[in-house]
Amino acid sequence: MALLEIKDLHVALDDGTEIVKGVDLAVDLNQKHAIMGPNGSGKSTLAYALMGHPAYEITEGEILLDGENVVELEADERARRGLFLAFQYPHAIPGVTVTNFLRQAINAVRKSRNEGEEDPIPVKEFRTELLAAMERLKVPRELASRYLNDGFSGGEKKRVEILQMAMLRPRIAILDETDSGLDIDALRIVANGVNDLVGPEMGALVITHYQRILDYVTPDFVHVFVDGRIVAEGGAELARQLEADGYEAFTPAGVGGKSS
Amino acid sequence: MSQSETEIIREIRDEYAYGFHVAEDYFFKSGKGLSHELIEAISAHKSEPEWMRAFRHKSLDYFLARPMPGWGADLSGIDFDNIYYYIKPTEKQAEKWEDLPAEILDTWDRLGIPEAEKKYLAGVGAQYESEVVYHKLQEDLTKQGVIFLDMDSGLREHEDIVKQYFGTIIPQNDNKFAALNSAVWSGGSFIYVPPGVRIEMPLQAYFRINAENMGQFERTLIIVDEDAYVHYVEGCTAPIYSSDSLHSAVVEIVVKKGGRCRYTTIQNWSNNVYNLVTKRAVAHESATMEWVDGNLGSKVTMKYPAVWLMGEHAHGEVLSIAFAGKGQHQDAGGKVVHVAPHTSSVITSKSISKNGGRAGYRGLLEVAKGAVGSKSKVVCDALILDEESRSDTYPYIQVDENDVELGHEATVSKIGEEQLFYLMSRGLSEAEASAMIVSGFVEPITKELPLEYAVEMNRLIQLQMEGSVG
Repeated sequence: MALLEIKDLHVALDDGTEIVKGVDLAVDLNQKHAIMGPNGSGKSTLAYALMGHPAYEITEGEILLDGENVVELEADERARRGLFLAFQYPHAIPGVTVTNFLRQAINAVRKSRNEGEEDPIPVKEFRTELLAAMERLKVPRELASRYLNDGFSGGEKKRVEILQMAMLRPRIAILDETDSGLDIDALRIVANGVNDLVGPEMGALVITHYQRILDYVTPDFVHVFVDGRIVAEGGAELARQLEADGYEAFTPAGVGGKSS
Repeated sequence: MSQSETEIIREIRDEYAYGFHVAEDYFFKSGKGLSHELIEAISAHKSEPEWMRAFRHKSLDYFLARPMPGWGADLSGIDFDNIYYYIKPTEKQAEKWEDLPAEILDTWDRLGIPEAEKKYLAGVGAQYESEVVYHKLQEDLTKQGVIFLDMDSGLREHEDIVKQYFGTIIPQNDNKFAALNSAVWSGGSFIYVPPGVRIEMPLQAYFRINAENMGQFERTLIIVDEDAYVHYVEGCTAPIYSSDSLHSAVVEIVVKKGGRCRYTTIQNWSNNVYNLVTKRAVAHESATMEWVDGNLGSKVTMKYPAVWLMGEHAHGEVLSIAFAGKGQHQDAGGKVVHVAPHTSSVITSKSISKNGGRAGYRGLLEVAKGAVGSKSKVVCDALILDEESRSDTYPYIQVDENDVELGHEATVSKIGEEQLFYLMSRGLSEAEASAMIVSGFVEPITKELPLEYAVEMNRLIQLQMEGSVG
């Protein structure tokens, strides 16, 4: 059984509109999965629902993490079990520096793993890890003492998302359109960050509209996502086919307008 | 700062930690209620000069003649007849902590004052009920001519200076509660910093109410002479009782040419204390006055620290945090009056309300005719944590001069679901995430504090946040 198994997942908005209409997907450690789909297909909704966003209701199906259904758990519980979401639009937290935020997030996870007893990361260990990760991801030093995402450029936000991923060490990372708004150098750095982390301790689910990021993060599996469903699956070659032919070939007649 | 935040989280406790009280074994305790006889008794206990005795009597008349304020918070719960106006806990002030009665020393230990003195303070005054029971200033400062005494000793030992300034910044009939303080004042601090002397470590006064239905009326006068500097910090706590206590202080400050005074308050009264305080400073040429005012406790607080910019290039700052939880009303703010040309001021207010609490900013910015080239910036931000809570902003601005530069910004925000989700997706619980957003919200003010006080302020905010969600 894969570490993350999604079974017949249906997700609806508060008003009852169904956005995700029955998804089956299994992501394991040491695997890179790509979900590719046009705008408005429900990719981001799937990402939010997996992480536990309160605005999205799971109306049917299961999200199994280590065989345990986490559908009823809040986002923090899911995070503590090893799920991570790199946001398409990360939120600003004025007054809280990147360093302070990371330290508190790490300590919250450590606390829960230590059965509710405080177990703060030693200051030196934290600093060493942070500096090493920043170096690898080419995050400028000064960002560490700035307020989280407050006035960051698009590229800075995305790099700091990957920095968080590197520091929090999730087991399954979901990246929601992390490639959007990145220039080619930043894209390469972010992709390398993902490649470094995927291995025996982490699997990744990369959600994207474009093939671009997949030139650097070569996926083991590609899932084509249209109108709330996975409509085709294959290997890396499928991504290249999509880039050449577009989504039309996978779009049912009558809903094609949705991709614009 | 970053390291200590971890400690702050670790130290979160469930309830108001200072709500305990200890047995009363007092040297003198007045009866309840206000009268001219009471004033005679207080004045006699203090062996005061005749002018002060007369000042008190006249102030009582002013107090009795004035109506209750018809604006601000609801003060109808104050029963002036049910309050002890004067309690002298010990016969003499101690210079060593161990000379205090055991239960009083125990209180200070539990509040951590003797330890703080050893670590980072240049001087300490500790007021228990109506009197300052312990007082100490570092010897080298005494040698440099610094005076740091309780107000009563200040009057005895430096009557000339006290007489020159007392009641001149805040007249005895300034408002009803200033009149009350002027009538029954006891304790508080008297500070004089000679020209050019810069006191690097803070002087701290700590105010403790122990008795039920206590009224505490300390009186503080600070004179910062030319090019001198002092940072004065006050903290306050009280036991939790089912009936109310009253704290009504008056603080007068004079900052002379080129001098700088910073006055920091960390107000953490228990939720049965009415806290009605008048604070005002005058800043002369090129002088700087800064009020850092943190209001976390009390049932009702009405307090608007003021700066009058009397000399050219004087600068005034008010940094205010008000945090109102269940049953609390923090009517805080600030007041700056630009009298002289080329003066500048900044008012920054951050108010937070939760669990039905009410916090607000009430401010006055006044620029007098002739104060040309003056600049002022007012920023007031409110954060409302739930639907039952309330925030008010009353930013009065009166400008009688055209050649000025003014800026005013006000925001009201709620903790957004998206912000919370973002933080929770990193493993923080909802409470931890909310506390993080709140401490970020007040960071522009806490970063101005010395580390120890920033830690204390953050810790109190964390305590206030406990149980506010879920």
